[in-house]
Amino acid sequence: MAGVIGGKHRRVDGIAKVTGAAQYTDDLAPSRMLHARIVRSPHAHARIVSIDASEALAMPGVVAVITGSDMPIRYGILPWTQDEQALAEDVARYVGDGVAAVAALDERTAAQAAAKIRVTWEVLPALVTPEDALARPEVKINPLSKDGNVCKRVDLRFGDVDAALAGADVLVEGEYDFASTTHAAIEPHCAIAEWDPRGRLTVWSATQVPHYLHRALARVLELPEDRIRVIQPPVGGGFGGKSEPFDLEFCVAKLAQTTGRPVKILYTREEVFYAHRGRHAMNMKFRTGATKDGKLVGVASKILIDGGAYSSFGLVTTYYSGQLLTAPYRFPTYAFDSTRVFTNKPANGPKRGHGSVQPRFAFECQLDEVAERLALDPIELRRANALGEDATTVNGQKIGSNGFLECLDAVERASGWKERRGKLGRGRGLGVAGSTYISGTAYPIYPNEMPQSGVLVKLDRSGQVVVFSGVSEIGQGVNTMLALVAAEELGCALDAIRVHTGDTELSPVDLGAYSSRVTFMAGLAAIEASRAAAKLIREAVAKKWECTAREVGAAHGTIFHLDDTARRMPFAEGCQLAESANGAPIATGGGYRTRKVGGDYRGGSIGASPAYSFTAHVAEVEVDEETGQVFVKKIWVAHDCGRALSPVDVAGQMEGSAYMGMAEAIFEEHAVDAHGIHRGPNLLDYKLPTTLDTPDIEALIVESNEPGGPYGAKEAGEGPLHPSIPAIANAIFDAVGIRLRRLPFSPPRVLAALREQRTREAKKEQA
Amino acid sequence: MPVGKRICALRVNGELREVAVEGTATLLEVLRYELGLTGSKQGCDEGDCGACTVLIDGRPALACLSLAVTLEGREITTIEGLAGPKGLHPVQDAFDEHGAAQCGFCTPGMIMSAKALLDRDPEATADEVRTALAGNLCRCTGYVKIIDAVRAAGARMKREQSERSPREPSSGGDA
Ligand code: FES
Ligand code: FES
Repeated sequence: MAGVIGGKHRRVDGIAKVTGAAQYTDDLAPSRMLHARIVRSPHAHARIVSIDASEALAMPGVVAVITGSDMPIRYGILPWTQDEQALAEDVARYVGDGVAAVAALDERTAAQAAAKIRVTWEVLPALVTPEDALARPEVKINPLSKDGNVCKRVDLRFGDVDAALAGADVLVEGEYDFASTTHAAIEPHCAIAEWDPRGRLTVWSATQVPHYLHRALARVLELPEDRIRVIQPPVGGGFGGKSEPFDLEFCVAKLAQTTGRPVKILYTREEVFYAHRGRHAMNMKFRTGATKDGKLVGVASKILIDGGAYSSFGLVTTYYSGQLLTAPYRFPTYAFDSTRVFTNKPANGPKRGHGSVQPRFAFECQLDEVAERLALDPIELRRANALGEDATTVNGQKIGSNGFLECLDAVERASGWKERRGKLGRGRGLGVAGSTYISGTAYPIYPNEMPQSGVLVKLDRSGQVVVFSGVSEIGQGVNTMLALVAAEELGCALDAIRVHTGDTELSPVDLGAYSSRVTFMAGLAAIEASRAAAKLIREAVAKKWECTAREVGAAHGTIFHLDDTARRMPFAEGCQLAESANGAPIATGGGYRTRKVGGDYRGGSIGASPAYSFTAHVAEVEVDEETGQVFVKKIWVAHDCGRALSPVDVAGQMEGSAYMGMAEAIFEEHAVDAHGIHRGPNLLDYKLPTTLDTPDIEALIVESNEPGGPYGAKEAGEGPLHPSIPAIANAIFDAVGIRLRRLPFSPPRVLAALREQRTREAKKEQA
Repeated sequence: MPVGKRICALRVNGELREVAVEGTATLLEVLRYELGLTGSKQGCDEGDCGACTVLIDGRPALACLSLAVTLEGREITTIEGLAGPKGLHPVQDAFDEHGAAQCGFCTPGMIMSAKALLDRDPEATADEVRTALAGNLCRCTGYVKIIDAVRAAGARMKREQSERSPREPSSGGDA
């Protein structure tokens, strides 16, 4: 062990980012490049009668126009729901659905030309709520839906939950509404395509999933996969918002093919809002039962999920809305019945904590009510129900390491919970919540036996090490993680390492930056590849030193004899010896292979993960009873990430998660009106918290040792968001005694709840 | 199609650059697409995100809302103008050291706003830093490490100032 893992390091791409040298997709400009714009539907649901591009095509500077019929083959991120067309051909299904694209010499001309493309519409009934969509099955929103406008229903029961709830000493029932929110990465989506005369296509895109984009481009453009190269430059934030193919990627590819010139599309901020794929709005009815000493006996939910017009990851979302709730607490019985419904809105998809943030909000609020009814400390209640290590959940998921109790201890201590809760005076309060999340999905999105993540390590005789991987650097620090692993295993200096990621031509496949899978899976693949290279070095050095390979160590650029440290050589010399012994350059590979996990029932593998992270939050709030404003003053977030490979980056993920959850609790809502028009598709109306709106956040890293993880690591990117919202809700209860069940906790809602509270109390007094 | 362009002389990072621009061209378009200075980012193009922040005569300004033709004779500084042959500017170095850049897309704008503040007052308090950066949105960091980095950079700039000239206050901490 070279002592690199777990240390404080600067990021391998840090300097490029602080100097402005890092080249994001929109910073690239191949010569002769055209700019394109997509023409979008102004109607939430309308048939395309005709498209007349003649006026646009006549404009000077306009080069080409394409429409839906140019790319008739449907695609979708999941193999079972290929329901999207690059440009809608017959029907537009939400305001913003693309129907044509125009390429021109410059961006302004492209935008002016897009406005001159005349589309004749036959307006169809627009159904923008799940209730309306269910009530009118004869209006078919999605081309693939078989059962009215139902996208997916999952109804799973584990044990006799009704009997358990009927026999419970305390039963808490409630209805919760989670508003849709969006990712709002600061970098808008952008893609460039280049078509070469041999019939090869290169696409640069701000995507989190170059591999899936590669496959989708081949399908839609009807090209062999071996003619396509996808390059993913540094991505300016993803959060799940760039984790499936988008219309711009197909449009630039087709336009490049049509014109023989490179073509770029950069979404406007408004288009980013309509592209969406953000957090699903959910209506959730929850019942939670417990014994009088606070042991949970059963949990049941019925959830209505607003899907938007397309499937996206919706099958998975529907499962996740139930499957990921069954830890960190033990409940003997459980049932969930979730239905995702199509509506004429931008499709919802995965946002940080995919599908599970919403039910976590409802359930952790219910736990707070159970504690209140039994006069128990909410942290104690959570401790008493903790599942522990090496446990199996009620739905058959296998938990390995589990630092949840340590997380509770950490936030309890840091927040001064025991001394302060309930004692801050009316208007101020503390609230707690806990959660779990997956470290990668057990199985790949399209069933196959190949590794889910591959890493190649190449040694140069200069001592330089190059790591190639298909992973996507989206700001989470994966490039640095790969370099740390290689430095740890090879014993070279961190500066000797170059990392090449996100290029399907150079790197082996990794499935993408989603489901918190990257550190776990690519980390293991990198360990395997690096160890294989290290072995070749050690064997070659051992031969020279006439010792065994086990006696050869390496750290920070020096190779040494473990027992006789006077014998040493620079790392580069070891590479030269290895290359000589090998008779060929050294390049080694490693892979993450799928492990069989999950419950033995239909859907039992969805939500199954090789490892689970755990989190606890305490939030401190102040409620202004005059204005209804909630001020989050401080968030303590403790997270069990397994081993923290780079503590600075783990803390960064925890802080960013806590911020994003707080934003969803207090500020953000991605809403459309009755006509499907977005209520504020810009960064002013859609309220992203600024420095002044964001509280102090204290990240408390809790380390555990996950037996199957890289050096014991799990995930840190998504888990820490989950308890944010219920912790704030519970803190508001502690502050002013109201239970808010509808997000976001905006001033009108707070004021209404306070009014209701006063009426209730007045009635009590009269009685 | 480009119509009605005129030659405009802009002083960017200390160099005089002549560009042919339309009257409606923003400084951001000119920097990114005419001068190849892509460090200033476009997050919204409507004045809401701060990713395009540059300094005009030392004060932070949104390049996406500034018309290039109005800026002749002004001193424009972009992120590319901070690091010198001796290395990173203290604010850049602190961002790197503290892990304040995750995806890095807000980073150039953040650094420019921070530099403008610290040039005025390297001892700015955490609250003053928050106020100075309130126009720069970051979606990744929760601002924690950004604020830490700015304060650390301020402390270093203060130290270097007093080392350089013990008595008179200097105007900046350029590397
Ligand atoms: S791009 Fe200028 S403020 Fe967003
Ligand atoms: S680091 Fe990604 S937006 Fe700030």
